[in-house]
Amino acid sequence: MAELLGTHPLEAWSTALERLPDTVGITVEPFVAMAVVRLGAVGAAASEALGADLPTMPNTWAQHGTGRAVWLGPDEWLLSSTTETPEELEGRIRAAVLPLGGSATDVSAQRIGLRLTGARLRDVLAKGCSIDLHPRVFGRGSSAQTLLGQAGVVLLALSGAGDDFVVLVRSSFAGYLADWLLDAALEFTPTHDS
Amino acid sequence: MQLIECPWCGPREEVEFHYGGQAHVPYPDAPAEVSDEEWAHYVFFRDNTKGRFAERWCHSAGCRRWFNAVRDTTTYRFERVQRLDDPEPHATEPARARRSTAS
Repeated sequence: MAELLGTHPLEAWSTALERLPDTVGITVEPFVAMAVVRLGAVGAAASEALGADLPTMPNTWAQHGTGRAVWLGPDEWLLSSTTETPEELEGRIRAAVLPLGGSATDVSAQRIGLRLTGARLRDVLAKGCSIDLHPRVFGRGSSAQTLLGQAGVVLLALSGAGDDFVVLVRSSFAGYLADWLLDAALEFTPTHDS
Repeated sequence: MQLIECPWCGPREEVEFHYGGQAHVPYPDAPAEVSDEEWAHYVFFRDNTKGRFAERWCHSAGCRRWFNAVRDTTTYRFERVQRLDDPEPHATEPARARRSTAS
């Protein structure tokens, strides 16, 4: 029987991404479990059941255990976990929100993460994203669902200095977005030894 | 590119949104008694307003939520946007979508 290969969607881009300078660093985030939570009534009961508050401010994310809780909509969140398997995360969240009328769906395979770091990163993102990513507006804890180079992404700000972002992109768009980012970063990449 | 203000996410580029047609089209009070013609008017007939027009929009590349907006169809200027659960009544009169040629 044919064996499924556990290769990352961006395996073929690893060399090109490694070659980028520190000012426009792009690294592939390790695989994490993710689940989408739909929950109409957010309150103390939900926080207690989940063990942490869900962010209720639009366009924000918060630490959630070892992972993150990202606001996706007024009744929708993306929860991730670095320590649990997708089945464990989905099971735990579902057990917590089901009595409150909510639901949890495993979406681990839907998106992959790219970590973008460096002083010129905002210039790279600005080439395909209309959102103001200056740390004064888009500081640590901010998130945005938007288009980056016409691909739908979830952008998370990890630092208050505007030099550390995570981009969550659909796996099928990952290759396209990696190509787009490499092209956008070309301006800041030394092309010859000098 | 024009920025449209999503009631949840804030100002975003126009390409992130999808147009949903006229807002506040009233559903028939007694659907079982409505004639085919009146159904056709409810389903297909929409106003073609020049000026301020109440519309539905969806922030499809962002939070994927529907909202209402009042837009001027001649200038394309958005006057206001409104969440669906906003209790405040709309600024413009709901248009008569259920028209009958008989009346």
